[in-house]
Amino acid sequence: MNEIIDGFVQAFQLIISLDPEVIEITARSLLISLAATAVASLVAIPLGGLIHFREFGGKRGLITIIQTLYALPTVVAGLFVFLLLSRAGPLGFLGLLFTPTGMVIGQAVLIIPVLAGMTLVALSGVKKTISDEIVALGATQTQAILTIIKEARFAIIGGIILGFGRAISEVGAAMIIGGNIRGYTRVLTTAIALETSMGNIALSIALGIILLGIAMVVTVALFLVQER
Amino acid sequence: MIRFDHVSRSYGEKEVLCDISFEVREGEIFTLVGPSGTGKTTILRIIAMLEDPGAGTVAVMGTDTRISETRRVALRRQMGMVFQKPAALRGSVAENVALGLKFRKFPPDDISRRVSEVLDLVGLSGYEGRKTSTLSGGELQRVAIARALAPGPRLLLLDEPTANLDPVATEKIENLILSLNEESGITIVLSTHDMAQAQRLASRIAVVLDRKICQLGNPFQIFYQPGSREVARMVGIDNILAGEIVANEGGLAFIDVSGVILHAPCSLDPGTRVTLFVRPEDLFIGTGAITAHSSPRNVLPATILRLIPQGPNTRITVDAGVRLTAVITRQSCEELGLSPGMPVSVSFKANAVHVVPVEKAG
Repeated sequence: MNEIIDGFVQAFQLIISLDPEVIEITARSLLISLAATAVASLVAIPLGGLIHFREFGGKRGLITIIQTLYALPTVVAGLFVFLLLSRAGPLGFLGLLFTPTGMVIGQAVLIIPVLAGMTLVALSGVKKTISDEIVALGATQTQAILTIIKEARFAIIGGIILGFGRAISEVGAAMIIGGNIRGYTRVLTTAIALETSMGNIALSIALGIILLGIAMVVTVALFLVQER
Repeated sequence: MIRFDHVSRSYGEKEVLCDISFEVREGEIFTLVGPSGTGKTTILRIIAMLEDPGAGTVAVMGTDTRISETRRVALRRQMGMVFQKPAALRGSVAENVALGLKFRKFPPDDISRRVSEVLDLVGLSGYEGRKTSTLSGGELQRVAIARALAPGPRLLLLDEPTANLDPVATEKIENLILSLNEESGITIVLSTHDMAQAQRLASRIAVVLDRKICQLGNPFQIFYQPGSREVARMVGIDNILAGEIVANEGGLAFIDVSGVILHAPCSLDPGTRVTLFVRPEDLFIGTGAITAHSSPRNVLPATILRLIPQGPNTRITVDAGVRLTAVITRQSCEELGLSPGMPVSVSFKANAVHVVPVEKAG
């Protein structure tokens, strides 16, 4: 019990004193997950738009697959990208395994289904009457699609925030692809896993508190967006 | 302006339009009248090219609507549509009204000037910054009209523009529709279930009943010379009688209606089975002795069955051998001292009787 209390005391000291290692790990986590969210958004939002606005065979099936992948285990996403990036893999020549860029790719793969799915939900939330109005007002197809995406923007932003939350809190892909290299690919989650196993409870708790803090900011942001 | 040629439209098994043909002329207010769910909205949506005519052809402004989407956009940009339940996009009134102008790539200065102009026109000056989520139904309707008008359409499609509005807002919208048509020469196609509104606004009326256009004509024709029982009922003609022509003296027919002989101008031959329509306002109720008149006139002794107050009027049902309904002002009802059971005389001019042969009357 004392160990836990001591851990918390030391954790607060580490945070308040702006411990360089804590700051560095936090910054890297944010950077990698923000980058992953940006990459995933660039892929998933147009993908969601494409699926929503085009009629094709197997559309329903594709949507079901995307929804199933919401629950894609982080280690499976990590394994998949690991195989792609490993030296013998198809993208091995890029030398991205055990790099932050590789982790960005891994987290992006992980959250693309959630983001695409949320985009689909957001776009189907725009009523048919709205799209009729837009078409009747003389929009070209491109103008109509852009206007409908703009109309759904708050719901799409909600999806982006959810995706970011999933990216920053996952440990499987970060560990497998990043390798938890100190000062290079170590992020909040992998650091907590390692430090705990090494008995550095205080550092783990400090990093955990920070991670929870980020989660809280994300939740508040999501709430604010949905209030609009 | 618009031409429908034998247009039919089905949704799956359900047919909503059946062999519709009509033409809308440049500069008129063309009104589609009929109860809800009879295909009026579908007609408007086909004109706006939001739906394809299933069978038949539709031409708008001289162009067949079976064209590429690019050309459809060009054609749509000459028209404006206001839906029965207008939907506003998120954001401000100004952003909504500017939408059509933005699609047409108007310069920003023109857009803000034009937005103020049309908001002024619909009586919403100063509403530019209001969020659309805070608007009332009537305000939203007017924003939708402003939005459709902003790009300066040649053709305006209005689907039940006042269905959800109170009488004051309705009057405002009606006046706006009339002035748009008169001052800007915009051709207007409008649907309504309100016969009185059609009469107030329309240059011509198409009565849409059961997937078809039952009758097309000017308001006088529709209201006084209905082509069928259904149209007559819709336009508020309570007196619909079945009879048979027994004689015809140079255009004045003698018609036997369950034992009562009525006179009406009509060129049909004796023996023809007919339906007679008489508007309740055209019936006169008298209490004095029945006197002869010079003009051909139907005068019948009758007994009052029921008196029903209706706003400033009273609706009177009488038994004159046939059951007839008259509408007179409440004041004259009181002056005559009418009450149920009272013997009276009912008279109406032969001209007030509209005769349709039974085959056509369906």
